[in-house]
Amino acid sequence: MNLPCKFRHMLFVFIFGTAALAVASLAYAYQASFIPASRLINPDELVRILQSAKSEKPLMIQVGSHVLYTQAHIPGSEYIGPASSESGVLSLRKRMESLPRNKFIVLYCGCCPWNHCPNVKPAADALRAMGFTNVKVLHIADNFGSDWVEKGYSVAKGD
Amino acid sequence: MKKGILWGLALIVLVAGLRFVIRRHGAAADLRGTSARKQLLAPDFSLPDLSGQDLHLSSYRGKVVLLDFWATWCDPCRDEIPHFVELQNNYGSQGLQIIGVSMDDGPEPVREFYQRFKMNYPVVIGNAKTGELYGGVLGLPIAFLIGRDGGISAKHIGATNVSVFEKEIVNLLRSGAGSSSPGS
Repeated sequence: MNLPCKFRHMLFVFIFGTAALAVASLAYAYQASFIPASRLINPDELVRILQSAKSEKPLMIQVGSHVLYTQAHIPGSEYIGPASSESGVLSLRKRMESLPRNKFIVLYCGCCPWNHCPNVKPAADALRAMGFTNVKVLHIADNFGSDWVEKGYSVAKGD
Repeated sequence: MKKGILWGLALIVLVAGLRFVIRRHGAAADLRGTSARKQLLAPDFSLPDLSGQDLHLSSYRGKVVLLDFWATWCDPCRDEIPHFVELQNNYGSQGLQIIGVSMDDGPEPVREFYQRFKMNYPVVIGNAKTGELYGGVLGLPIAFLIGRDGGISAKHIGATNVSVFEKEIVNLLRSGAGSSSPGS
């Protein structure tokens, strides 16, 4: 196929650029920063819901490390396991499979600064794929210690 | 064709640049966690290393210790490991001992990681009790610098530039105690 030289250049740049962007996108696909703002909930907002007598209480799921959960977690929340691992996602699916798809669910981790957390996005994606429509992800900017414990919000310890 | 290659390279540089900016933004936010030094004695612990042998922190008294709480699944922690390997290589003979405390839920991924990253310092498997001893390890990474006298010289929450660690380590190695300025 004889294409004009200029067109060939443009085609080459387009294919190369698309491939580079695809690789970059894959590298970031798991990152929490790619969760839309509409699916986030801030700690103070969650605390208000938990303290309100009228609000529907969410099912809260910690999708991070067990060692961190044992040290401190949101009272009433359940430990599932790091959703960055296949076994963590499987545990999450198993726990959720029997629940109504409009169940209010809050996922959280707090292992790392938000844009480094490997767990919340895979967990949120898994629940969306299962058809859950009312899932929020707790936006923990730095870590659970700084953004929850040190702010004086309720904490539980142990398993 | 050359022009096309140049455009392709330019795109790669752009993507790499964006990645760098995003990571730096994260690191800058993490650096806010660097807290002022308090001269506290580092709590002793005994934890199993990757071969199952107990490691006692107190047995490293007399050395400058960089105690790194980390996990294999933690991005910023992983980024720091090659720098720690380099620091251990460069300053080990002068009295630096880096000790990793893995907060993974088990040793299996840590063993594999240890080999892959050619880690040259001991790694123990941490637990919630150890985290609590150090004021709660509720986010990773967290690193403590401990002077030769066993005093905690600095605590760094979040990813920290290796030059910060290096400056503090050099100061501690020179001072012979835990009372040198950490520079943070």
